[in-house]
Amino acid sequence: MGSLKLEQVLQQKQAANQNLFVPYIMAGDGGLDILEERINFLQESGASAIELGIPFSDPIADGPTIQEAGIRALANGTSLKSILEFLKSTKEDRSIPIILMTYVNPIYHYGMEQFAEDCADSGVDGIIIPDVPMEEEGPIATHLSNEKIAFIRLAAMTSPEVRLKEIARKSEGFLYAVAVMGTTGVRSSHSDNVKGYLENLKKYSSVPVLAGFGVSSVEQAHELSSHCDGVIVGSKIVDLLYQGKHDEVRNLIQSSVNSKVQV
Amino acid sequence: MTTYTMPDNKGRYGEFGGQFVPELLMPALIELEKAYEEAMVDPSFTEELDYYLKQYVGRETPLYFAEQLSKQLGGPKIFLKREDLNHTGAHKINNTIGQALLTLRMGKKKVVAETGAGQHGVATATVCALLGLDCIVFMGAEDIKRQKLNVFRMELLGAEVRSVSQGSSTLKDATNEALRYWASHVNDTHYILGSAVGPHPFPKIVRDLQSVIGKETKLQIIEQTGKLPDAVVACVGGGSNSIGMFHPFIEDEKVKLYGVEAAGLGVETNDHAASLTKGKLGIFHGTLSHLLQDENGQVKEAFSISAGLDYPGIGPEHSHLHDTKRATYKPITDEEALKAFQFLSKTEGIIPALESSHAVALAMKLAKEMSAKETLVICLSGRGDKDVEQVKSRLEAE
Ligand SMILES: Cc1ncc(COP(=O)(O)O)c(C=O)c1O
Repeated sequence: MGSLKLEQVLQQKQAANQNLFVPYIMAGDGGLDILEERINFLQESGASAIELGIPFSDPIADGPTIQEAGIRALANGTSLKSILEFLKSTKEDRSIPIILMTYVNPIYHYGMEQFAEDCADSGVDGIIIPDVPMEEEGPIATHLSNEKIAFIRLAAMTSPEVRLKEIARKSEGFLYAVAVMGTTGVRSSHSDNVKGYLENLKKYSSVPVLAGFGVSSVEQAHELSSHCDGVIVGSKIVDLLYQGKHDEVRNLIQSSVNSKVQV
Repeated sequence: MTTYTMPDNKGRYGEFGGQFVPELLMPALIELEKAYEEAMVDPSFTEELDYYLKQYVGRETPLYFAEQLSKQLGGPKIFLKREDLNHTGAHKINNTIGQALLTLRMGKKKVVAETGAGQHGVATATVCALLGLDCIVFMGAEDIKRQKLNVFRMELLGAEVRSVSQGSSTLKDATNEALRYWASHVNDTHYILGSAVGPHPFPKIVRDLQSVIGKETKLQIIEQTGKLPDAVVACVGGGSNSIGMFHPFIEDEKVKLYGVEAAGLGVETNDHAASLTKGKLGIFHGTLSHLLQDENGQVKEAFSISAGLDYPGIGPEHSHLHDTKRATYKPITDEEALKAFQFLSKTEGIIPALESSHAVALAMKLAKEMSAKETLVICLSGRGDKDVEQVKSRLEAE
């Protein structure tokens, strides 16, 4: 459980010559009842880990697709508490690592120490908090570390080299390389400087580097994965699942992870 | 007497404040802080700022002895700090002119801003027209419907108004969208935040730029009465006119500071904007302070008759002044504000903004407990012309 499990699973995938692929889904979009089914589906489709979004009223790092999924989840009565309870009651049934992506206020309100303890209890392996930069991470980093949960840091294309190095050094489980200037949401391509940015992060980081934000196609996944260790796909997966296009999700994951075997 | 040095070097006011933003925005906040600190000790910058404040904004504003109001209430001598006489009709421009000059100094040519009722949007569009900056203002779709005239004003001034229909389509959603836009255009765009809220260094920059209110008041009241005031009253939305008024008085511990929160239909109902009175600590729009939120940490909608007070959060420095009891925060309902709106209009011939009417209403209550030897200053943050139509339909309905 926790950061050790996340690291081991990612290592196994890489040892099998796979690109890493972490799909993002919004917990409670469609109700918590279908979450177990979705997690199993993503696990069987070959995902490396699952990033589970906690809905928040004011998601400033998210574009329209994830915003709307969050509104649907909140309308279903989803809360951090109900998600953790669900994860706890189903933890024996899954092997895939679970990473929670949450804005800071829901966990601040929950109580940071309690949150870390309950995450450990619920079989959560990693945490991503998009609105906590290094300057503010002290208290939550301590609690997560006490519970041996991976605190996954985010790097940005605006970060100067000194910050990138420090973020890379600190990150646990993997390093989340935000690959666009802006919010989550489908983009048709990434800018030319992404390549150098990812390759620098690879140099600085001892954990795998995954590119996220704006990734929506197999081609993008292959292109980005050739400069780092894999990708995180959010809006596209959220949208396809909402439309019930499960086959497309499976195909996206399988084709993305397998490029290394083919070439 | 202890010296007051907040914020600390981490942008904290006691435990409040901070920089809870995505990494993408951190370099811009660091750049802004550096540019601001350098500008404030550069005479060429401060002289230019003073020039525009005097010749364009119309400062200094009068500290007017409201003799009729004082007489009718039968308590202390009441003075009005006339921020309503500024260009564009409110204190908001004290901040926007300073931040627009800072934008130019950082070599940026574009500005983004959020607005609720449109006051900050108009004040931003105005200085952007003056200084030749491109200006985009995000405004909730609901607010656009309610404030058509201000939308037209901003467009007349050359700004682009973008409608926000996410979430509840009001100020907090417009702020979310402005933050998202800024994240996507941070290399060439400055975000002119409209109140003493948001991540450090915004609460400090906005406070410092608004402190001209309190600094002038201090000199003027001593000139007119020979002493410091006994009490100072200002309304609190995000908290910019109030912190601008309070800050120069913080070390003068005998001066009582009163912030007025909007109680809407009453703090016992769900429809109010009383973040300090009823909120819990939370992290919102980049800062840790008091916040209206539900039992799961989801941010609630604020409610007030006055659009400028309609914000679920509050500036971190107010949370600190509340926590240390240096300032006292009281709620005033829509009803009380409406009465004060009419009372000041009739007694002094001054129509106050509905926001400022909240401060007038609390002053009317405080006056009852104060003596003729004492003095009280109200920060009249804006004029009420923008509100007359709304008040008219409300009074006609009653
Ligand atoms: C006239 C006036 N007063 C007060 C406010 C409240 O803002 P703040 O608390 O930042 O002064 C506003 C906001 O729009 C306003 O227009």
